[in-house]
Amino acid sequence: MKEFKYVVTDPEGIHARPAGILVKQAAGYQSDVKITKGDKTADAKRIFGVMGLGVKTGEEVTITVEGADEDTAIAELEAFFKENL
Amino acid sequence: MVTISGKSVFGGVSIGKLVFYKRNDKVIKRIHVDDVDTEWKRFQDAKDTAVSQLKELYNKAIEDVGEANAMIFEIHQMMLEDLDYLESIENIIRTQEVNAEFAVATTADNFAGMFAAMDDAYMQGRAADVRDVSERVLDILCGVDTGIKEMTEPCIIAADDLAPSETVQLDKSKVLGFATMYGSSNSHTAILARTMNIPAVISLGEELRQEYDGKIAAIDGFTGTLYIDPDDETMKAMQEKRARDLEQKALLEQLKGKENVTKSGQKINVYANIGNVSDLGAVLKNDAGGIGLFRSEFLYLENTDFPTEDQQFSVYKQVAESMAGKKVIIRTLDIGADKQVDYFGLDKEENPALGYRAIRICLTRPEIFKTQLRALYRAAAYGNISIMFPMIISVDEVRKIKEIIAEVKDELKSEGIPFKENVELGVMIETPASVMVSRELAKEVDFFSVGTNDLTQYTLAIDRQNSKLDQFYDPHHPAVLAMIRMAAENAHAEGAWIGICGELGADLELTEEFLKMGLDELSVSPAMVLPLRKRIRECE
Repeated sequence: MKEFKYVVTDPEGIHARPAGILVKQAAGYQSDVKITKGDKTADAKRIFGVMGLGVKTGEEVTITVEGADEDTAIAELEAFFKENL
Repeated sequence: MVTISGKSVFGGVSIGKLVFYKRNDKVIKRIHVDDVDTEWKRFQDAKDTAVSQLKELYNKAIEDVGEANAMIFEIHQMMLEDLDYLESIENIIRTQEVNAEFAVATTADNFAGMFAAMDDAYMQGRAADVRDVSERVLDILCGVDTGIKEMTEPCIIAADDLAPSETVQLDKSKVLGFATMYGSSNSHTAILARTMNIPAVISLGEELRQEYDGKIAAIDGFTGTLYIDPDDETMKAMQEKRARDLEQKALLEQLKGKENVTKSGQKINVYANIGNVSDLGAVLKNDAGGIGLFRSEFLYLENTDFPTEDQQFSVYKQVAESMAGKKVIIRTLDIGADKQVDYFGLDKEENPALGYRAIRICLTRPEIFKTQLRALYRAAAYGNISIMFPMIISVDEVRKIKEIIAEVKDELKSEGIPFKENVELGVMIETPASVMVSRELAKEVDFFSVGTNDLTQYTLAIDRQNSKLDQFYDPHHPAVLAMIRMAAENAHAEGAWIGICGELGADLELTEEFLKMGLDELSVSPAMVLPLRKRIRECE
């Protein structure tokens, strides 16, 4: 299992559009991808779950990846967060 | 006539028949099913149809409103294929042995409820998206025709609220405007209406009644008002407002990007005057070549204490960056006379127009002045900022200002704070004294900007706030025009440029005269930029 923490800088937080692109990105991996904010965890491949976290700008999330392609996934996801969120 | 107030989401006026958007009312019944596998398959087929419809909508929306706004329909597809959503529906069908319609409706309620309960207005608004996509599946399951209602003539669409998909599906050539009972200015419908340039008023509330269906209505998108059965007077006012708006928009299309040049090839800059950051949109929309007067007073007038350096810096920087390299002339504090601020603690004066105001305050209370100058020099590093000083009467004042500027720069340098070394400096020409010494002033500064309101009042010795004097007041008085001509000649003799930022600059009867004087710039309210450009292009 691999994980990284990230503080969201997008001024609108992870609202509908960013949630959509995150889900698309996460769906491309075999591994399980989870996103955690505080005591709530969601499957990053499920848009309602991700939106349901209601992540706002300045809040920290933890991304956890577990599975066959976790090494590639964690590296690419970290870059993805920096680029888009 | 009935008048209903709501929120405006797009400026514009439209007049036409009000038609209520009719939805196919479906009553979802809970029905027991024996063959749950077939029922689940029935749902999946309906869902696949819905997804392919959304794909088509997405493509239509990309053409109509651009990719960023169209993205919502891609999100809608993802919602329909979300595993939580699908699992909930499958679970309800299988464990309760019920019909797909009931399972979809129940799931939609639950998920919409989850969004509605979130502590974030944006996320609460997403409940509408869940209902919108679920509604689509239900229409397919119930065999209801989801096509758009035929519109034979252009009309104003009224509804409780419109889902994004409903807005995009409408035949735009037949939509004059939108009027809705609910919705927020954040809703996708509001965003789409703005992108499609359709006048819209939302949040009209329960007063927007079904019984108004088919009546003539007028939307004033500027004030957020809907008139049902407008009386003759209102109708006339709305028609005029609409004509003005259309004329302005036509002018915009025609003149946008064109040069401010006369028939014989003389060019002049046309800039805009602004009093607040919120005016920036109008400046860009009206295609002004720059900002010729940014009144910094609002920073002081809107505060209960002196605005800090950082507060000012962020405002100046925002304006400079928004104008992306175009000139932004910021006038330093012009408080006093008719603009009073409590925390300055100014004494009551017998004759405030001739009193303790503007640069006179700045030069006697340098701590206030320095804070503003520091903010200006720092912000100048982010764009094309020029600074000008109001109410100048002597060369000595300009030299004192320059000394203070030198101190400010030294301080910034020693503190290691980045700023721009060479900022263009100018003075306002608004006193007869400044005109008389303009040759000397021009040696000290880069530009002049004529404040015609004060210059007229001081030249004619007429209080512009006393309406009894209107009959004596002649804005085209030859004395005032002679003052401007003299300042222009002296500016040019010393290699400085000169513009006008007072009301006279927008006086189209004088445009030709100003061109003859060789003025380099006219700065007017944003709405006057294009009419002025039109006038210039008509001059010889």
